[in-house]
Amino acid sequence: MDIATLAFSALYQFGDAFAFLVLSACGLAVIFGMMGVINLAHGEFIMCGAYVTASTVHAGLPLPLAILCGALVSALVGVLVERLVIRHLYDRPLDTIVATWGLSLIATQGTLIMIGSSMAGVGTPFGSFQVGQYSYSIYRIVLFLAALGVLGGLYALFNWTRFGVLARATIQVPHMAAALGVDTRLIYSLTFACGAGLAGLAGGLYAPTMTLVPTMGATFIMEAFVTVVIGGADVFLGTAPAGGVLAVVKSAMTSWQGQLFGQIGLLVAVIIVVRVLPKGISGFVLRERT
Amino acid sequence: MSRNSLRGLHAAALTGTLVLASSAGFAADPIKLGVLEDQSGDFALATIGKVHAIQLAADEINKAGGIAGRPLQLVVYDTQSDNTRYQEFMRRVLQRDKVDVVFAGFSSASREAYRPIVDQFNGFAFYNNQYEGGVCDGHMIVTGAVPEQQFSTLIPYMMQTYGKKVYTLAADYNFGQISAEWVRNIVKENGGQMVGEEFIPLGVSQFSQSIQNIQKAKPDFVVTLLVGTAQASYYEQAASANVNLPMASSVNVGQGYEHKRFKPPSLKDMYVTTNYIEEIDTPESKAFYAKFKAKFPSEPYVNQEAENSYLAVYLYKQMVERAKSTKRDDIRKVIALGDLCMDAPEGKVCIDPKSQHMSHTIYLAKVGADHAITFPKVWKDIKPYWLGEAGCDLTKKDPTTQYTPSNPPPKS
Repeated sequence: MDIATLAFSALYQFGDAFAFLVLSACGLAVIFGMMGVINLAHGEFIMCGAYVTASTVHAGLPLPLAILCGALVSALVGVLVERLVIRHLYDRPLDTIVATWGLSLIATQGTLIMIGSSMAGVGTPFGSFQVGQYSYSIYRIVLFLAALGVLGGLYALFNWTRFGVLARATIQVPHMAAALGVDTRLIYSLTFACGAGLAGLAGGLYAPTMTLVPTMGATFIMEAFVTVVIGGADVFLGTAPAGGVLAVVKSAMTSWQGQLFGQIGLLVAVIIVVRVLPKGISGFVLRERT
Repeated sequence: MSRNSLRGLHAAALTGTLVLASSAGFAADPIKLGVLEDQSGDFALATIGKVHAIQLAADEINKAGGIAGRPLQLVVYDTQSDNTRYQEFMRRVLQRDKVDVVFAGFSSASREAYRPIVDQFNGFAFYNNQYEGGVCDGHMIVTGAVPEQQFSTLIPYMMQTYGKKVYTLAADYNFGQISAEWVRNIVKENGGQMVGEEFIPLGVSQFSQSIQNIQKAKPDFVVTLLVGTAQASYYEQAASANVNLPMASSVNVGQGYEHKRFKPPSLKDMYVTTNYIEEIDTPESKAFYAKFKAKFPSEPYVNQEAENSYLAVYLYKQMVERAKSTKRDDIRKVIALGDLCMDAPEGKVCIDPKSQHMSHTIYLAKVGADHAITFPKVWKDIKPYWLGEAGCDLTKKDPTTQYTPSNPPPKS
């Protein structure tokens, strides 16, 4: 086996792990990083996005539009959840954990009862390509590009747009922002919707590659939380490098010793990072800067 | 009248009514059947049908006059795909509900979690699921298929058809580990070679690296022993990476109907040995399927474990009626006679007295490119011989232990 094949395969595996970590974590990072709300129903927003994507594909919509539908519906559900539940708990962060956990149980079991134990898959588009002795799925490259796109989009949204400025102002000094005429309740609502929509997008993007069942959100949750925990509060400076570090550890360990060691490596890396950098990677970067 | 004598009278009156009630209701006293199956969580997809099958059988039996004239009453709990729930509910059905028999369990981890409790409270349990084999326990009846029925048929067929290099991808818990050991042994006995093995933790859904490992090892076929809905994502991901290798399994299709859930052709050339799936085209199977659909029209699939659960209720009926008792010891005397058989939807099945496991008709199901099922081969009356040959004989001794090929019963 020549070096180029090896290098490409390592790169592909890294990109695959990176995409999974970043896409699962982004929505959670926005809601946690910007609002301090720990959203345990994150996996169910992912499931919602995947289900909407699959059902719209079955209804005849092309996949990219269906994925957008999944993200939009999740965002709308996010607005609803924020209005009905989260809004009343902003100064009680621990209670949001219990409330969102309850929501996740209701969503999982409700889906099981109403839609059934599974939904038919939609099939992965684009086929495969060959490098050396290995064949790869093209869709996995699309996922990697989507992860980069989401990161770039978030950076642009929060740094270059009026909404981004208002959102950051609201998060940093809510009273001052309100005094200056910012509708902080609306900003919170939109930020939560953005997080939920990103979760839905992740679900939509992974829907063609996975089993569609009510509990599917659970398979994203561990990766999402560890990425956010070691990333810290800043979405862009935290999630992206955290995803990078964890993807290197996970893909290297998995290719060396298999999936079990990939998971062990991931968790050990998290423990080490949290021990060395208690405020996460973004906390470290921001402290260095100031 | 003094206070004490009043209390005595009261007590006497109470006991009187109790005695009356029990003697009056004796003929129609229900037989209680505890049902512990996962109706939510990761395994629910494969096991909700088991509960429905038991309800179907119970309804039929009650309409036809019950078991020895007594109605059959179900006590159903949802174990939520959680091993600790199995332990909790097993204690509850045995101690509080005082059921006569329990039908319990999907994953082998859950079975091994509740089995010590059945032994401790001297209960009587049916495990109606295919599994990795080896449970030698007088408190248990196993109606599911075991490796000598599923692998001794499947692996040699695959090696003859596709070649001798084998790769195993298995769920990382007792079922996957012990089944992989069976596969390894059978491959070796048939002069083949294991080119790789990987164990996947339950709940893992991303397989890019595993797919690459398989391509690197270049096997002739892959044995997939993947369990739970998360791990089923493998097929879609392998198909999209164009792995294009035949697959062999003892659990897929027959439990999780992956051929119905995934878009063709992701399960193309998947071979499964199973004792029942709804596509089996015999009059008995069609009749069973029609009855099932009539009662549960929205049932997505009638799988192997649903049939095992259905036949188990009728088997229990026969045991009680022949033993004229619901006591386990009386029932085991009937089992020891060695002629406990019945006509199930799959064909004729019998209980082996040595291991209290069941003989089966094994169907080789092949998934085509359009996900249609064909049956290239059928093995009739395959006996669960391994435990008996290895030295487990429940008619003589009850070790309440699970044995494996590398840990067989001690020779005495």
